[in-house]
Amino acid sequence: MPKKTFKQALNEAHFHEMRRDPRVIVMGEDISGGIGASGEMDAWGGSEGVTKGLYTEFGEARVVDTPLSESAIIGAAVGAATTGLRPVADLMFADFLGVCFDQIFNQAAKFRYMFGGKAVTPVVIRAMIGAGFRTAAQHSQCLYPIFTHIPGLKVVIPSNPYDAKGLLIQAIRDDDPVIFLEHKLLYGVTGEVPDGPYAIPFGEAKVLRDGGDVTIVALALMVQVAMDAAELLSKRGIEATVIDPRTTSPLDLDTIVESVEETGHLVIVDESSPRCNIATDIAAQVADVAFHALKGPIKMVTPPHTPVPFSPALEDLYLPSAEKVAQAVEISLRSRRGAA
Amino acid sequence: MQLSREDLLLAYRRMRRIRDFEDRVHIEFAAGEMPGFVHLYAGEEASAVGVCMNLTDEDMISSTHRGHGHCLAKDTDVNGMMLELYGRKDGICGGKGGSMHIADLSKGMMGANGIVGGGPPLICGAALTAKTLGTGNVAVAFTGDGGSNQGTTFEAMNFAAVLKLPVIFVFENNGYAETTASHWSVACKDIVNRAQAFGMPGISVEGTDFFAVWDAAREAVARARAGGGPTLMEVKVPRFYGHFEGDAETYRAEGEVAALKRDHDCLKIFRRRVVEAGLLSDADLDLVDAEVGDEIEASVMLAKSSPMPGPEDLLTDVYVRY
Repeated sequence: MPKKTFKQALNEAHFHEMRRDPRVIVMGEDISGGIGASGEMDAWGGSEGVTKGLYTEFGEARVVDTPLSESAIIGAAVGAATTGLRPVADLMFADFLGVCFDQIFNQAAKFRYMFGGKAVTPVVIRAMIGAGFRTAAQHSQCLYPIFTHIPGLKVVIPSNPYDAKGLLIQAIRDDDPVIFLEHKLLYGVTGEVPDGPYAIPFGEAKVLRDGGDVTIVALALMVQVAMDAAELLSKRGIEATVIDPRTTSPLDLDTIVESVEETGHLVIVDESSPRCNIATDIAAQVADVAFHALKGPIKMVTPPHTPVPFSPALEDLYLPSAEKVAQAVEISLRSRRGAA
Repeated sequence: MQLSREDLLLAYRRMRRIRDFEDRVHIEFAAGEMPGFVHLYAGEEASAVGVCMNLTDEDMISSTHRGHGHCLAKDTDVNGMMLELYGRKDGICGGKGGSMHIADLSKGMMGANGIVGGGPPLICGAALTAKTLGTGNVAVAFTGDGGSNQGTTFEAMNFAAVLKLPVIFVFENNGYAETTASHWSVACKDIVNRAQAFGMPGISVEGTDFFAVWDAAREAVARARAGGGPTLMEVKVPRFYGHFEGDAETYRAEGEVAALKRDHDCLKIFRRRVVEAGLLSDADLDLVDAEVGDEIEASVMLAKSSPMPGPEDLLTDVYVRY
């Protein structure tokens, strides 16, 4: 299978779906890039180049450069989705979604319910998440818990190029509003990606590694941290299962619970800030339905409850590391229930 | 005059239906028969009907929290609306939306909206669909004077102008945003002046005059359909009731509402105009009054005797598939 970057995988997903369905459009600031500059209409392809080339093939009717106005971009995408298009809106940094929460929380997420099942709103909102890029507090947040909280939204967070392509294709084909979040440190990561289109269903976790001693759940960039931790632990004689839920809404709790019933230990690695995040959500749900299986405390490895710092020295301290995850696993194993 | 006798009768019927619907809801709400938040549109009928008489079912509108008039002007089913206000299972939104969220996409009604300023960005999307698919449809965002101050509305106007979208931004200025007077809260003298900032034509209309609204909207709709981009319309209308039902209206001058009802009632003005011009007779209009009266009465009786939703309805309609 050919190797491609996360960014190339996303780009291919756009091409496949726009060729397949003429109702698919992309929109956002700089989405073609450089309108009005030197006549070059396909200059930038979005801030990360994910949509590069689309303008040349599909033209301005389907590759819509917009003014810088997040509420209008997302509102128009939602309105277009409700009236027959299938827009993919690029909002760059997920932090900017803050200025269009109304369009996401109150409009897109609720149309179907409020209108008695008569609305279909197949909009995809793409945005970047994550720290580690020295982009400081307003360009580094992992905001997926906020969207996961809202009924009516689906939330997708790929961790590798193969999943990125398959999940984006599913997102574009999906009839519900989808928040699709891409960790900015993953764009350059390579992996095997088929040339043709394929869709990965939502709500199906991926088991990346099988081990009988502990279950580690992680998302996005933290999947790699969890895998590195599993390697460290293996050298110390501890074997970990690593699970990537891939989507937090819907969430594949069954796969996590089945694994915890085998291992008896659960460690969750979550880059979002620690209160009311995905780690606390999974911890609570597992404790609720599988308390009997837990042999030790559920441990959560997250950043501290602070905005993301700028200084590299501080940001490196902020992020969870493989060593911190390994320590959390060892603590859970040491404090086994019933042990003296 | 380009309106046929049938058009005039339809315009009157739609305005009368809104008025009677609202007056009846006012009574029913005061009697404690109706749950929730209800915001009435009475007094503003000529605006909704004057604009929407220029639209087809394929032309989308977005509305406000004061949405009943826009729904009825777009010919949304009266019974479905009344049942919805009563929270009944067979309401047009299955009892899940209520007064503030009535929608009928089949009639081009994209929803009343509980968020002030929520509609204009959304309607740009409907216009984007029309432009992308080349349907020739137009989209209308109804917003109040309060909504005219929202940033989302400014963004939407710039967005529509830049992309030359077929949108009409209709600002129904009823003088109050909730309880705050628009002469205080709107910094420029008139909302219509804001059109200039976005490079679009602006027109100010006396909203008690159905014909003035209809004329202005006709021109704006024609421009939008021809690819001429957006238009801003400020429609000056009276508000006969409070911000919400139950509002004591202590912020209004004594006698203000009575004077509005006496001198600025669009239904009376319409009747006088068409009868004096010999276009319709009092008898024609009286017949419409009687028919609409019966229709509203029947809708209330139906709503009161209709079943509530059950536990099986709580979890449906959240997703298409989850």
